[in-house]
Amino acid sequence: MTDTWIILGASSTIAKAFTRSVAETGAHVILAGRRMDDLEASAADASARSATGATPVAFDARDPATFQPIIDAAIATGGTINCAVFVGSMPSQDDINADPALVDGTIADSFTGPARFLQMLAPVLSEQGSGSVVGVGSVAGDRGRVGNYVYGAAKAGFATYLSGLRNQLGRNGVHVLTVKPGPVDTVMTQGLGDQPFMTTADAVVADIHKALRKKRNTLYTKWIWWPVMTVIKLIPEPIFKKMSI
Amino acid sequence: MTDRNSTEYAGWGRALRANGVLARPNTQSEINANAPAIGNRRSYGDAALITGGTAQDLTQLDRIIAFDRTTGLLTVEAGISLGELARVLAPQGWLPAVLPGTGFATVGGAIGMDVHGKNHHHVGSFCQHVTSITLIQGEKTKTITPKSGSIWKATCGGLGQTGIIVQATLQLSQARGDMMLVSEQRATDWDHHIALLDGSDAPYTVGWIDAMATGTSLGRGIVEEGEICRGLKPTARGSKKIPFDAPHLALSSPIVRAFNALYYRRVPKSGRTVVRPINDFFFPLDKIHDWNKLYGRRGFHQFQCVVPLNQSSVLREMMEKVASSGLASPLAVLKRMGAGLNGESAGYMSFPMEGYTLAIDFPNRPAARDLIAKLESLALKANGRIYLAKDALSTGTAIKSMYTDHPKWAAATAKADPHKHLQTDMTRRLDLRT
Repeated sequence: MTDTWIILGASSTIAKAFTRSVAETGAHVILAGRRMDDLEASAADASARSATGATPVAFDARDPATFQPIIDAAIATGGTINCAVFVGSMPSQDDINADPALVDGTIADSFTGPARFLQMLAPVLSEQGSGSVVGVGSVAGDRGRVGNYVYGAAKAGFATYLSGLRNQLGRNGVHVLTVKPGPVDTVMTQGLGDQPFMTTADAVVADIHKALRKKRNTLYTKWIWWPVMTVIKLIPEPIFKKMSI
Repeated sequence: MTDRNSTEYAGWGRALRANGVLARPNTQSEINANAPAIGNRRSYGDAALITGGTAQDLTQLDRIIAFDRTTGLLTVEAGISLGELARVLAPQGWLPAVLPGTGFATVGGAIGMDVHGKNHHHVGSFCQHVTSITLIQGEKTKTITPKSGSIWKATCGGLGQTGIIVQATLQLSQARGDMMLVSEQRATDWDHHIALLDGSDAPYTVGWIDAMATGTSLGRGIVEEGEICRGLKPTARGSKKIPFDAPHLALSSPIVRAFNALYYRRVPKSGRTVVRPINDFFFPLDKIHDWNKLYGRRGFHQFQCVVPLNQSSVLREMMEKVASSGLASPLAVLKRMGAGLNGESAGYMSFPMEGYTLAIDFPNRPAARDLIAKLESLALKANGRIYLAKDALSTGTAIKSMYTDHPKWAAATAKADPHKHLQTDMTRRLDLRT
């Protein structure tokens, strides 16, 4: 049976690279995002790259009414359903400090929206008894840092959610992979200047596929972020609160 | 969504650099119509450099928009690379009709330089297989075709000066497989080399030349003839990377001489036939990422000219100068070019013309720059021309006398981009827009 991949946030740079990688294996892709014209162009690209099918559908993490039609579109393909979540938004902490209302949107985009979507999809996956969920979090979720803690908090919430989802779906043969990328050269990081251990979307996607094959639970990419974040998590709070990293 | 910081960046040869803003639009709607577009910066000189201004890197616009598997018509965004297209299309039985020596070149760049490949003698240049181009010109978005007249001829090989190339439709050619059957034979000297190239009727033909060999060995090399075939796929080898600038010694004359002698003897006297993955045949150097760093921080230049068929003696004279200078690198290529599809060239400023083309890399040193100046004046005297995708050293006067259609191009670009927003360091250095 062919694979069907729901790609949430299909216009993001990493999602684009991921979509191509599964299109080339002949999967059916459901491209969910906000900009329909962009999704239609990506669907044509996926078809040219040997996708069995490519369906653009509207998705807004802040509008739950858009969720069910995506799940219906995936079921209609008749393939083994998988889901990869690439949504999230990262306004700068300075902007959030100036306009606290931005907290709601950041958390809806990066956590509550995708969590509610996956909660709706979970019974379908359980019944199917196979398939994978790839949830993209961030190393920013491992500790609240002065420069980025609202986004970090949303990603931390999402990571905890994925951990629980893994615990639940794992009993029914569905694998859940949490991906924690460091800085990736994407739309989101443009204009931020040089970032430590920057990687590319293609490299992240290659790591995701490797982790899926090995049924890993959590993937740090680049790998260096695992030891780095392990150290950062170990810094005692009295010291950490005075640091700006 | 652009990076506003000014950065230093370079052409592929790294001898010329620019300081300016590099923007990277993610969608067509984010494109600024008044800033020149660049791709993967595989032009050696300053064709993709904009000092003090904004250059727009279009490599994020890299989607296939439409692909008709029965006719081989393919519409793509301009930032997709030709290597990516070959990788995706070959298993489906199609290939871009023309592939240059690097797969990193983008479709937009291939149009702006009207690139050629090892099959030029049969199929002509890249733009002769483009059926439409979408340009952003100021407020307007416009699609042009070969029937559009002067704007088409000014866009093909036109250095991106007629508008921002955002999309193009290519007529692909059918590929019977994704492997290449390659026959290699030694060319023992100059005359033999030319004779082998003249006598070749293979779909793809190119000669590697030992630019260090002198005397009776002058012009010796290996002539490669290729044909696409189906075959067992050898296991893919990973790519390698040059991690840092090499010391100057790396490409010094004794090392190049020794390398070339070994490389020449790699092919047995009686010749041989091998099967290679097509990407290895078309893009032999792409497996070594950042190979341009081999030349060290000073960078390098490539001299590439084409001279008419009856001027091969001038080419031999050039080769004598190169060989006796001892300055050349192992990368030196000789090829016979055809008259172009239907006996004409695609654009006013297209490089390809019927004749022999010679391309040689030199480290960026004063002696090499002097030698290149001499080679250029020889090319001019022989009614030849040099390739703007490679040039970093020429003058506007020389280029304008080599490209006799330049006035038509200048008129068309003046109309298409009246405020000269799309000028690059190259068009300024060579004063091409007047």
